[in-house]
Amino acid sequence: MATGVLSGKGRIWWIVALVVLCLVPLVLPRFYVYLLSIILLYGLLAMSNNFPLGFGGIYQLHHAVFYGIGAYGTALVITKSGLSPWLAFLIGPLVATALSLVMGLICIRLSKLYFGMLQISLGSLVWAIVYRWYSFTGGDDGIHGISVPDIISSYKGAYYFTLVITGVCLYIMYRILKSPYGSALQGIRDNPVRSAMIGVNVKRHQLLALIIAGFFAGVAGTLFVVVDNTVFPDMMFWTLSMEVVIMCLLGGWLTFMGPMLGAAMIVLIRTFVSTYTVYWALVLGIIFMLVIFFLPNGVLGWIVGLFKGKTNLAEVKE
Amino acid sequence: MDAIGILNQAFVGLSRTVILFIVSSGLSLILGVLRIPNVAHGSLYMIGAFMAFTLSKLFGGGNLGFWMALIGAPCAVALISLAAERGIFQHLYEREHLMLILLTFAFSLVFGDLVKIIWGGEYKSVPVPYMFQGFVPLFGGLPFPLYNIFLLACGPIIAILLWLLVNKTKIGKIARAAAVDMEMVGAVGINVSWVFASVFVIGCSLAGLGGVLVAPTVSVTLGMDHTLIMEAFLIVIMGGLGNIWGALLGALIFGLTQSMGILVWPQFGIIFPYLAVVVVLLFRPTGLLKSTW
Repeated sequence: MATGVLSGKGRIWWIVALVVLCLVPLVLPRFYVYLLSIILLYGLLAMSNNFPLGFGGIYQLHHAVFYGIGAYGTALVITKSGLSPWLAFLIGPLVATALSLVMGLICIRLSKLYFGMLQISLGSLVWAIVYRWYSFTGGDDGIHGISVPDIISSYKGAYYFTLVITGVCLYIMYRILKSPYGSALQGIRDNPVRSAMIGVNVKRHQLLALIIAGFFAGVAGTLFVVVDNTVFPDMMFWTLSMEVVIMCLLGGWLTFMGPMLGAAMIVLIRTFVSTYTVYWALVLGIIFMLVIFFLPNGVLGWIVGLFKGKTNLAEVKE
Repeated sequence: MDAIGILNQAFVGLSRTVILFIVSSGLSLILGVLRIPNVAHGSLYMIGAFMAFTLSKLFGGGNLGFWMALIGAPCAVALISLAAERGIFQHLYEREHLMLILLTFAFSLVFGDLVKIIWGGEYKSVPVPYMFQGFVPLFGGLPFPLYNIFLLACGPIIAILLWLLVNKTKIGKIARAAAVDMEMVGAVGINVSWVFASVFVIGCSLAGLGGVLVAPTVSVTLGMDHTLIMEAFLIVIMGGLGNIWGALLGALIFGLTQSMGILVWPQFGIIFPYLAVVVVLLFRPTGLLKSTW
């Protein structure tokens, strides 16, 4: 994250941001630190969704299922087995990766909207099983009071853990996108036919993107267990997936950091609007409509467009 | 579990099928002609159910109230959808599907909160009209609600009316043509914009009608849109996008696997319809019947 995510010139700002993020728990009250952890992990979730969506052109419409499975994997290992929680933090994302491999193998034969809908139906199947399997997953109650290691059980500990893991994950994702594989993936998004013609294995590249996205979604789910100590089946309901896709769109789905910004906006809007009115979904819905109408490239995409000239992003978009 | 129990359960599944068919045929119509994956369809269904509550209360809860609701609620939903289409959707037909899904999802958030503002968050129950109260003995003398018999009669009526609309009326023919080649239809001098608007309104009022019909059998509550829209989408995908008969077939599979699944394995009854969708899409990735896409 510290090495120029937007461009090489921005490096100093990333270091400043990182230092600020490290220092905030010393001054902010508990609630805001918790909120910041939630923003970071939702940001990671949205950015992992944007990996196949924005950079691969794949309609990853049910991303929350990998997030939920990652969280449930971690939670179940901690509560049902005697294994170390640190191991559980690894097993959760791996379960999510395995699920995304299986679902990806089934869905990848289809494209665009059909892909998204098949993914939603498979995801709903997973949700229904988790929702009904009371004896194992706790059914619609979920699992509460999951104990995590002492060092990260305080709100500050959880925050720093989230910050470090999110930072590392974003850095890895950034490196992947800048690698030859990342270029090939973006080439597939822009022109799948031509990519296939020059010898790129389109389906295999897309499948790998789905697996990577599933892993990082699982990490985000694990971070939620650390921050909130609970899991519940709504974490893999399709409405959350829609919200995550909207985070990508709101922040800018053709930019790397856009989804993080979108996640921050949505979490903040929800938190602060809901202190004034119970009708926060109304406010959120109206904001989405305005964004879709006036900022089709999202907030960050719009800002980048201002600096680089507007044609830049319009060209990228099919 | 005996044959009589299975038959009765099949009838329960068929009454569910009717509701699912009515709602998803509207969704399929809109998908086929306008290419909008309308996530707000479920909200219109919910609004229809809440409208049924208000109208049947207004007209005294009896037969009159029910019939007024059956006519009035779909009309109200039609007005709402007309306003939404003319106000917003007509400017966005050229956008990508992803944008349209998100836009309609934003609509469903707004509609959901509007329902909360107008009707409040409590459960509402709509009385079964007097003429359909009571039970009839079905196979083996097991009682079957009379209202469900009414629902079973509604299904074929709606299906025939839809068939007539799509195949025999002028607007149906224009709409089918527009689904295949919108530009050509515009080039021969037809106002495509208004054709789209009327198809959208008809599709949405079907959602409202489904909401009214389901209202006496369930408790009308916030969140009833979320499960239904997912089911309707899966039915439409399973049947073939834009194909009304596909919607009927999909609704049959969905309704019957749901009711049979509960007999087979009560705890995991709800997973069977999803399983059926996955199996269908594994073997026929673009749906059972021909899609208009």
